[in-house]
Amino acid sequence: MSTALETNGLGKRYGRLWALRDCSLRLPTGRIAALVGPNGAGKTTLLHLAVGLIRPDAGAVRLFGQAPGSSRGLLSQVGFVAQQTPLYPDFTPAELITMGSKLNDRWDGAWPRERLGRLGIPLNRQVGKLSGGQRAQVALALALAKRPSLLLLDEPVASLDPLARREFLQALMGGVADEGTTVLLSSHLVGDLERVCDYLILLQAGQVQVLGAVEDLLTAHKVLIGPHRPGGNRVPGVAAVVRESHTGKQSTLLVRTSGPIHDPTWKVHDVSLEELVIAYLADASAGALPGPVHIEQEVTG
Amino acid sequence: MIEFYLDSYSKVATYQQLVQQVKQSLRLGLLEPGDRLPKVREVAESLAINPNTVLKAYRQLEIEGLVAGRVGVGTFVVRSLAGPSLASLGRLRGELVAWLSRAAAAGLEHEDVLALVETTLRATFQAGQEEVA
Repeated sequence: MSTALETNGLGKRYGRLWALRDCSLRLPTGRIAALVGPNGAGKTTLLHLAVGLIRPDAGAVRLFGQAPGSSRGLLSQVGFVAQQTPLYPDFTPAELITMGSKLNDRWDGAWPRERLGRLGIPLNRQVGKLSGGQRAQVALALALAKRPSLLLLDEPVASLDPLARREFLQALMGGVADEGTTVLLSSHLVGDLERVCDYLILLQAGQVQVLGAVEDLLTAHKVLIGPHRPGGNRVPGVAAVVRESHTGKQSTLLVRTSGPIHDPTWKVHDVSLEELVIAYLADASAGALPGPVHIEQEVTG
Repeated sequence: MIEFYLDSYSKVATYQQLVQQVKQSLRLGLLEPGDRLPKVREVAESLAINPNTVLKAYRQLEIEGLVAGRVGVGTFVVRSLAGPSLASLGRLRGELVAWLSRAAAAGLEHEDVLALVETTLRATFQAGQEEVA
């Protein structure tokens, strides 16, 4: 499978603080990936490095095998919607669409016109006078009018109300379906992304903590409920305990498995993406990375 | 054309829910050979779900020989699941509706009806199987 985005030992420093450190990941083409992590984890830094808005202090980032901004062809393949969807507030959507046609090699102006018309967004009202949800739709329509192969979005739904959030995700899923556009979408609202994303990149404190296809991650993680057993992580089939809680009578473990769990004393439940993400966020020392794990200190469970 | 819906509280995987809904429509005769399934983009957009999930559901239906994709045209039903019983469905449904209103009149609530149907179904089918054996 080909690769849309790849980073190798990528790092970015602000003063003495590393916003992103030793970040190595690969996003296959055609995936819709969630980039999640707490505020300050390095999500925006990673996105800005990927589109070439800032330059790395260590390592490298490649889009379709090329450095960001290295060619005009690559620029036309990448769409980016920055945080708070910044647009020129005095321009109307119609004017922004015209502007896009002058600034881009590849541009389908009819598409955003039709799209915004269908959503009932006035093309001749200044963008500054539109609602937050409408502005987000305009920004998305402009980014998709480029017909990008890779679309990056920084917290696109964070400031939207639930209805506008759903409408935005509907437009996004419809907009990327026809051409199998690769998407990388940062968010701290995981619940929204469960049905949208099929790939997960979890950043914590500037490093990649969890990486992989959502389906594989959900298959590999289980919740085990059984009789109270302190340090009960020596269950055959358990590779690591991510989160555990105990009452006097019962133990609940969220585990990464290495095989089926046959021990009948444990009741085995599936996990949701949200549960999995929250468990890892709560324990920065746990990790789930594919292949040779690229972490400095050894993971302790 | 059918319209998909998703049960947010269901434990069933999203693609599996789509598969089940197509099969149910085939069983009820709402979809027949030659009918086109909604386009992947349309489903992804209306449900705000990953287009790959829709593709996975359609692929599953294709593997089971129920639908076939034609490049650039769409996905079409090739086989029905509606048996010869389809003709009597309307009459049976009418009888069931009449029975349900009698149950409501007798004071049965939604869950009482479900419990009664479930236990009767199990008992009747078990009896039937024993007779065969």
